[in-house]
Formats: sequence, structure tokens, C-alpha cells
Amino acid sequence: MKILVPVKRVLDYNVKPRVKSDGTGVDLANVKMSMNPFDEIGVEEAIRLKEKGVATEIVAVSVGPAKAQETLRTALAMGADRAILVQTDDAVEPLAIAKILKAIADAEAPGLVILGKQAIDDDNNQTGQMLAALTGWAQGTFASAVAVDGDSVNVTREVDGGLETVKLKLPAIVTTDLRLNEPRYASLPNIMKAKSKPLDTKTPADYGVDTAPRVKVVKVSEPAARSAGIKVADVDELVAKLKAMGVHS
Amino acid sequence: MKTLVWVEHDGSAVKDATLAVVTAASKLGEVHLLVAGAGVDGVAKEAAAIAGVGKVHVADSAAFGHNLPENIAPLIADLMGSHDAFLAPATTTGKNIAPRVAALLDVMQISEILSVEGEKSFTRPIYAGNAIATVESSDAKLVLTVRGTAFDKAATSGGSGSIEAVGGGSDAGISSFVGAEIAKQDRPELTSAKIIVSGGRALGSSEKYEEVIVPLADKLGAALGASRAAVDAGYVPNDYQVGQTGKIVAPQVYFAIGISGAIQHLAGMKDSKTIVAINKDEDAPIFQVADFGLVADLFSAVPELTGKI
Repeated sequence: MKILVPVKRVLDYNVKPRVKSDGTGVDLANVKMSMNPFDEIGVEEAIRLKEKGVATEIVAVSVGPAKAQETLRTALAMGADRAILVQTDDAVEPLAIAKILKAIADAEAPGLVILGKQAIDDDNNQTGQMLAALTGWAQGTFASAVAVDGDSVNVTREVDGGLETVKLKLPAIVTTDLRLNEPRYASLPNIMKAKSKPLDTKTPADYGVDTAPRVKVVKVSEPAARSAGIKVADVDELVAKLKAMGVHS
Repeated sequence: MKTLVWVEHDGSAVKDATLAVVTAASKLGEVHLLVAGAGVDGVAKEAAAIAGVGKVHVADSAAFGHNLPENIAPLIADLMGSHDAFLAPATTTGKNIAPRVAALLDVMQISEILSVEGEKSFTRPIYAGNAIATVESSDAKLVLTVRGTAFDKAATSGGSGSIEAVGGGSDAGISSFVGAEIAKQDRPELTSAKIIVSGGRALGSSEKYEEVIVPLADKLGAALGASRAAVDAGYVPNDYQVGQTGKIVAPQVYFAIGISGAIQHLAGMKDSKTIVAINKDEDAPIFQVADFGLVADLFSAVPELTGKI
């Protein structure tokens, strides 16, 4: 079984985003960019399925600028077999990404597509579900466990209040939640090896997908700042403040 | 504009998250609801009583029993033939269904709206709430998910919506429900609680969480929360997590105990009305957002607080 793992290049998780003063977006110049952490979990899960003998080939895909090659090389160094970069400098919305991935899924015929549940830049949480709609495949979102069993997969999902398990017919779409696994670091020899793994470059037009945005970003602003309040000296003062607000047992 | 709101329910009652969505929908136009499930007569009646509701579409079928998006999304896409906007709460179930509907309609969804700025214009958080985007849709129809804490809840009575059965309901045959482990709690739900008591990694163990955090929550009738660090360390179950990747909450009072205040945690609770922080590190970032900060050892301060409050 082949597994497709879409990955996105985003502002690194540990970098505090700064809103540009002209209100056009978040400043991405000269800041560290990395693979979306949820996508990293997707790559790791695919590799574990390959190590278990369930998967035979892992194809990493990214839609983004030329520099998204670095993100794909990271996936290859972790253990993906080959990569496809769908190169564009435009900001591509989840719906258009899903259309591109649908075309790739048609060509590659994977048994599973494993995506991050959301990218930590736009926080949309849409691409996996949209790809499932376009392919007509079943979806297991926010996965904390994935178990392939013959021609189906059991996905345990993190839902409000606990966990839920669904059984999906393959091929299927899985989106990852934080606790699915802990992604490995690529070893130096594997980073070297990744440089010679195949990486194809395509464009959205190759897949006949129009990436013109449907949603216009009018402006991006800082959230309302919350100012620090006061420090209380001791528990008694805190109790008095709380009681004054009507908070008591 | 005619809107269609997907009603989240547990089979017997409408979930609170739905009420905020009704408020958001009413800012756009006429509010119709969809109650889909198996054996949902009671839920439909409850939904029809929500203030401001026009029509309640009821799709009662075994295929809709467990909110499987493979079965429900086509039903909603059909109903959208006669509606202009689809809205769902930004809960795990709403987030599971809405984008599948959007793609079936060839619409780009707008996720987790915080406000309605115009007929097709909304604000939404990006970068874990570190920036707020104002966006405008150019699609013919709208698909929106709604952040529950950003809108008032519609009243659960006073409405007189007409109930209309929707036919159909077939099983797509590609997915099935196997089981669920939903924690049973005698406490308010995190996302609708008035008071939340959250513990962080400084607690050191699940025993200490039980010993220090739980009694304070019990005394105040509060919901229990935790930082990601406390969840990852195994002190409490996953669904306690407040933050960017957990639950977004905005209670009247939020107690952050032994929580340093990483930006990912702040993203989940900074809209709380009053924030109380107890931490022994006076430089902890949590104090930059706390209304009342107490620099103290939580193991002595919290039991004292529990005793005196």
C-alpha cells in the first residue's frame, strides 16, 4: 500500500508571530520556517506503517514556494521515499490544495492519505476533510491511533469529552492529532541520503487547478491586548478580591 | 439570507455550542436548523424552542446516528440548495463535518469566526490567535464554523420554529462507528463552564492534581482544565487540555495554577473574563495576562485558598 503525506512549510512553532505594521499579514521575512508539526506527525505515522510492513511506499507532497523543497527533504530524511513539489508563490487555500491533492491521489492511487489536522499558520482545519469529500473517501480526523486491518482502517479520534473509534474502508483520509506519535529526528546519514531521493516539481496548472483565492484577506491585526492586572500579596487578599466579584463556594 | 445551522446534540439534548451558532446565524439572516440523528424527536422539539429559529429540518435515520460525515455531509449539501449559508460550531464534530460540506459545494470555508462584519465578511483567528484576520468571501454560498466563546448564547426558550421532516438518509457504506470512551463527569463542560480551575506541569503528578486542583474545583463548582504539559505528562486525560491545540475557553473566572503561560496555552484562555494565576515563578508569562497574580508555592497556597473561599 502506498501512503501519501502532504506537508506544509510554516512559521516555526517556537517563533512568535509578528503582525506586519501595514496590516497585510504576518511577517515571514528572515524568520525560521519548519514543517507544520501536525504534518510531521503524519510523516512519522506513515513511516511506522511502513516499518510494520503495512505500507510499501511513502510519497510526500507539498504545495508552496521553491523553498518548500526543504520541507520535503525533511520528510525524505525522516523516511519518505520520494516527493512531489507543486510549486507556486501564491497563497493557496485549503480548497485548492484539496483539488491538487485529489489529482495526485488519482494518479498515485494511495491506500491512505495522512495529513496534519491543521496548519499552525492559517489554523483552517479543512484540507483533509475537503480531500475526503472530493475523493469520496472516508475520513478519520484528529487521529490518536491508526490500525490498518485488511481492506479497512480503525481510527481512534480525539473528540470533545474523550475518544471515538471509527472503521473506514480503504482508501481513506486520516488527519493527525498531537498524541498520535512523537516524530523522530532525521539522522545525519539519512539527511545525506535524502538529497539523492527523487523530488518531482510540478505546478498547479499541471493538475488543472485554479488557485485564485475565494476568500480575500482584508486586513490582519493584532489581537486585543490583555493588560496585566495586579499581584496580590497573599491568599487572604486573593480571597477578598474573588469574594468581591461574587466568586465563592 | 437563509442560513442553515447544524445542531450538535447528544441524541437527547441540544448541546450548548449550538446556541452561539444560532446567534451568529441570526446576524446573517433567517435561521433554519438541521437536526440529524437517529431517534431525535425530542431534540427537534427542543431545537424548535430556541429563540429566533424559523424552521427545523429533521433528518431521522440510522445512517445519521453517529454524525459520520460521509453520511451527513451529502444531506447538508442537498439542503444547501435552498439556503445561502451553512454554519456549524467549531467543535470537533462541527470541524469534522463542515469542510466536507464546503468541498461538496465547491465553497472555501471560513473557520472559527469571531464576529460577523458584513454579509460576507468575518473576523477569525490565525496563528493560534496571535493575529486576527478580517476576511471576505467571494463564493456564492457561505460555509462557516463558529467559535462558541465569541458569541452570546441564544435563549433556549421563546422560539416557535416549525418542524419539517427531511426524507432520505442513506449509509454511504464506507465508514462505521465502532465505539467511544467519553469521560462521564458530574462537572460543567469545559467550554461552557463559568469557572475553570486548570493545573500545569508544576503539579508534578496526577496524585497532586487530584489533591490540589480537584478540591478547589469541587468547592467552586468549576470545570477542570490543564495545560498541554500536564496532559503530555499524563496527569490528566487529553480532553482536559486548554490551548491552541486543545479547547478554547472563555469562562468568567479562569484559575491557572502552576501554569507558566506558553503562547499556545494563552491562545486557549486569554478571552476569559478574569484570570487568576498562582505560580511560584514571578517571571512566568502567565502573570502578564492575569488580573490577579499570586506568587506563591501552589502546594500551600491552593489548599489555603480552598479552605478560605
